[in-house]
Amino acid sequence: MSIRERLSGNEAVANAMRQINPDVVAAFPITPSTEVPQYFSTFVNNGSVDTEFVPVESEHSAMSACVGAAAAGGRVMTATSANGLSLMWEILYIASSLRLPIVMSCVNRAVSGPLNIHNDHSDSMGARDSGWIQLYCETNQEAYDNILMANRIAEHLNVQLPVMVCYDGFITSHSIENIELEEDDKVKAFVGEYNPEHYLLNKKEPIAVGPLDLQPYLFEHKFQQAEAMRAAKDVILEVSEEFAKMTGRKYGLFEEYKMEDAEVAIVVLNSTAGTAKHTIDELREKGVKAGLIKPRVFRPFPVTEIAQALKNVKAVAMLDKCDSTNGAAGPLYTEVTSALYTEGIADVKTVNYVYGIGGRDVKSDDIEKVFADLQEIVSTGKVEHPFRYLGLKD
Amino acid sequence: MSENKCNINAKSTWKELTPGGTIYDAANSEEFHTGDWRSKKPVFHADKCKQCGLCLPVCPDSCIPIVDEAGNRGDFKFDFCKGCGVCAKVCPFGAITME
Amino acid sequence: MAYNLKEAMKKPNRLASGHRMCAGCGAPVAINAILRGLKPEDHAVIGAATGCLEVSTFIYPYTAWRDSFVHSAFENAGATVAGAEACYKAMKRKGKLPEDEHTKFIAFGGDGGTYDIGLQSLSGAMERGHDMVYVCYDNGAYMNTGIQRSSATPRFADTTTSPSGKVIPGKQQKRKDLTEVMAGHHLPYIAQTAPYGTFSDITTKAEKAIYTEGACFMNVLAPCPRGWGYETENLMEVCKLAVDTCYWPLYEIIDGRYVVNYKPKNKVPVAEWLKLQKRFKHLFKPGNEWMIEEIQKEVDEKWERLLELEAITNKAE
Repeated sequence: MSIRERLSGNEAVANAMRQINPDVVAAFPITPSTEVPQYFSTFVNNGSVDTEFVPVESEHSAMSACVGAAAAGGRVMTATSANGLSLMWEILYIASSLRLPIVMSCVNRAVSGPLNIHNDHSDSMGARDSGWIQLYCETNQEAYDNILMANRIAEHLNVQLPVMVCYDGFITSHSIENIELEEDDKVKAFVGEYNPEHYLLNKKEPIAVGPLDLQPYLFEHKFQQAEAMRAAKDVILEVSEEFAKMTGRKYGLFEEYKMEDAEVAIVVLNSTAGTAKHTIDELREKGVKAGLIKPRVFRPFPVTEIAQALKNVKAVAMLDKCDSTNGAAGPLYTEVTSALYTEGIADVKTVNYVYGIGGRDVKSDDIEKVFADLQEIVSTGKVEHPFRYLGLKD
Repeated sequence: MSENKCNINAKSTWKELTPGGTIYDAANSEEFHTGDWRSKKPVFHADKCKQCGLCLPVCPDSCIPIVDEAGNRGDFKFDFCKGCGVCAKVCPFGAITME
Repeated sequence: MAYNLKEAMKKPNRLASGHRMCAGCGAPVAINAILRGLKPEDHAVIGAATGCLEVSTFIYPYTAWRDSFVHSAFENAGATVAGAEACYKAMKRKGKLPEDEHTKFIAFGGDGGTYDIGLQSLSGAMERGHDMVYVCYDNGAYMNTGIQRSSATPRFADTTTSPSGKVIPGKQQKRKDLTEVMAGHHLPYIAQTAPYGTFSDITTKAEKAIYTEGACFMNVLAPCPRGWGYETENLMEVCKLAVDTCYWPLYEIIDGRYVVNYKPKNKVPVAEWLKLQKRFKHLFKPGNEWMIEEIQKEVDEKWERLLELEAITNKAE
């Protein structure tokens, strides 16, 4: 039986970590992820886990200690946000290239500068090519569920890659919502024991991790990594199916909301999807065939699946809570349009909105405006300015 | 490139490489010979050697083997000796010359 | 057990042959001397910062390490090995590792990875008290990237980023005293050592550091024939003179108590050590005597201060 609770996103994630009982958690405080190591160190000091908690002196050392602990053979977790993730940068790539199944909660926040502690996706989106699997979460429930599934995905022999579970700073991390928690023993059985094949602490087979990898080898090692990322898609689906059997909560590569007959749709990550669903319900009552796609798995990117899911809409807007500052569009737009083109779907009109930067509120009015724009695009058959901003004071 | 137990060489395909570049054969560098770096060669004069052991720890490449229970040394392992001459310089008895 | 050279040398070298450090490099000599401080039955997890040592001892697919080895980046050997040590504690607690097996944790970094870019990671790992030893093999410059100055480079030394030019004669700043920085961390065991002679000093200290519970630190002089510009065969002479001139004193700090292990009866003038090395060649040009005098003055002052610290910290209660 699931347990009904009311928890903030961070508290839910920390509870998931308690239930997982990893070998090592190394973390450094940064708003808005600070509560995760705070709650977790309480679990450690009260003896409800037997994890070694390493209160490092920086995020760079947090990720470095995670690398050392994961190479040593442990199940390892951490949490960070924004500049913390930036400071980890170098080691993010090392963690994934060494094929270490570390799990991180990335509580999304704007990366400096100027300094801002509120939510957008500039942190994890910047790290989208660091070789980490990225799962995005709309609600506290999703954050909790994805954390429970993350170790299994990361540790799968076909994958062996780190996983970043991303949820919105404050909006999700600090808001208290109803949530269903699973029982400790069920989680324990679901997550299972981690028994790596090769690890530093195995005296019987000393290993060497992290070579100088020159021209004859690096390309092939990177290809192995790319293959592992491709393989992760099926593994994520398998683990999610097993999770659904346990909890009744189903997860795919992305969520489709009222897409069956949708003519206009938006693609948006994380908490904004909740606002968008509300708006879609209202628009549907007015007869607008609106729908939504909320990617859960951004890395690996579900190219075929997302393109196929959009092929019947007339116009789609990608909402990016992060500006690539490439003089064009945000990363979600780039990825989705690339997927459409790759799948030979050329008759769907596309438009990008950069929104919510630095915690700028996004209201249902804003989402309504996007759908109104999409309807105009459909009626005129033209996208005059594909790269737009939503909620900007201009 | 020398042969190695892990059967990995510059022609190996991506399927043959170990994930992440981890190596499971500790000290397999002993299959990689560095002796051809040498321009000068140490010559061991066993007749002059008093087996004091002072040359043993100074070799950067661990080329001076211990050959018996007493901890006495034998001739150099030329597969690895890079010819630096540190051993010859520390020998108090002239039992090593660089040639 | 008292140190015996020939007994110590019966242990197999834990840094194996076939590594690609330069001929006559001081680092592998120091590393093997440190690793002889391990009990033969104990396993070790060894970490290294990016640097000469790492790029020469683990070039895919060859590792020269007989123990488990991990390299991650330049500035994080402290945190990386700390993470492995934390994992060991957790796995021991959970019964995931055999009870009768012991693993020791050792991090190696050059002066670049230790004094400079890795100082924060080192400081954090030491402050948290992980049961590990951090060993700096100090060759006094960034040798791996081609002999650039570091904060460990001696004053006036010629490096590729502190060249002895027409206006500025080499590095202008005094070297950072990392051993003293570590003293401020109040560690149970700190040692400064160099490999030479019977290697008693270095291996005995390594054994103490490895088997003292908690975070321990060793600073080891590791001459670089290319960076310092001496003939490769002179490695041991360069080490010995560094000690005999008191440029590199051999000492320990045991729970805050200083022990100076070697006090030369006749301190050799530092010029004797400097003149073996091309990086100080410009100091011997007419008109530059003042630089040697400055170095001598610095060496003398630091030596006197060290003796005073020994006296103060050994005062009877």
